[in-house]
Amino acid sequence: MSRRYDSRTTIFSPEGRLYQVEYAMEAIGNAGSAIGILANDGVVLVGEKKVTSKLLQTSKSTEKMYKIDDHLACAVAGIMSDANILINTARVQAQRYTFAYQEPMPVEQLVQSLCDTKQGYTQFGGLRPFGVSFLFAGWDKNFGFQLYMSDPSGNYGGWKAAAIGANNQAAQSMLKQDYKEDITREEAVALALKVLSKTMDSTSLTAEKLELAEIFLLPSGEVKYQVCSPESLSKLLVKSGVTQPTPDSS
Amino acid sequence: MECVFGLVGDGFALIAADSSAVHSILVHKSNEDKVMILDSHKLLGASGEGGDRVQFTEYIQKNVHLYQFRNGIPLTTAAAANFTRGELAIALRKNPYLVNILLAGYDKDIGPSLYYIDYIATLHKIEKGAFGYGSYFSLSMMDRHYHSGMSLEEAIDLVDKCIMEIRSRLVVAPPNFVIKIVDKDGAREYAWRESVKDAGIAPA
Repeated sequence: MSRRYDSRTTIFSPEGRLYQVEYAMEAIGNAGSAIGILANDGVVLVGEKKVTSKLLQTSKSTEKMYKIDDHLACAVAGIMSDANILINTARVQAQRYTFAYQEPMPVEQLVQSLCDTKQGYTQFGGLRPFGVSFLFAGWDKNFGFQLYMSDPSGNYGGWKAAAIGANNQAAQSMLKQDYKEDITREEAVALALKVLSKTMDSTSLTAEKLELAEIFLLPSGEVKYQVCSPESLSKLLVKSGVTQPTPDSS
Repeated sequence: MECVFGLVGDGFALIAADSSAVHSILVHKSNEDKVMILDSHKLLGASGEGGDRVQFTEYIQKNVHLYQFRNGIPLTTAAAANFTRGELAIALRKNPYLVNILLAGYDKDIGPSLYYIDYIATLHKIEKGAFGYGSYFSLSMMDRHYHSGMSLEEAIDLVDKCIMEIRSRLVVAPPNFVIKIVDKDGAREYAWRESVKDAGIAPA
């Protein structure tokens, strides 16, 4: 019955659903998960890497985390090629704002602007929606540190902790239980790693399967976006008790 | 013959402008308000070509209001000044607006600030500035008497000195001026300086 109503995004079904948008969210449900947590001194983003081959060149590029502007970064879940287009759009919008106002773009305005783009693809043009969900993390002088989640429909919300991608329901309920209000960045990292380890399919968590990025303020007042190196990530995993330390070879 | 000038004092900024609306040799009215209240804490003093002045300043004012409605927060003075300059720059190589602007504002974290924006989209952040023929006299007076951190009384005294110079030395001097200020309590009209009052309707 519903087959009649799912070929075009611009059509509602009789039950009032947009099937293409829902199918897009299905696609994301199969992608690598990502978790974001808002701490009182920063925002933490952790992502699960799906592509883990020894042959992959992973020196500089990231799979899950992308910097949009000096004060804003995002984690993605879904179709990577779609994500690249939207990330580029977001970067252009941020620079365009800075060109006009000579100030960094407020985080919510960037998210809103990108979501307006996504919404367009659910209403006109006859093109399919973007199969990506985002977790935006950033800082601005109006509202400090912020975390936003957006999905293919173009809806977005501000969150204290959120999860996207595979098993996001389970991750979200775990975050709800363990999140506490004045959480520090360090505690947030530990919490994110713990939740991810429980919801990821793989049996053991190693640094190659993860990406960790943090947004925080330097003593100078500048916003810093830092991707954790694999070495420090391994140490963190051991410290938070998620992996066993490698036995010293005698 | 339009005169607009402004300065930054201790916790406030002010803009004074003449209030003659002139077309060739005719003075249409002498109580035209050329200092627009851009939003709760910003002033826009403008001088220039007939329709352009009102058209451009109202366009900027509405865009500043739209930003606030859309985003729930007001633009900072610097952002508003850069936005204004950008619009002038975009129009410059197509159909330029012949309008010179002094933008004064008060931001909670920075305090008062004044921006000079001329018709070819030059932008400067300044402590004192002026446009028009009157600038020859008001800038000289301000160069002599201005110092940073002036109190409101001192600043108004300086404004009156400038107006006196303009009235006595400029050949077709505008008779009336309006003075507006912006400080932590907002942007508002401070005073008029009138030497010619518009005549009321003559009795029958």
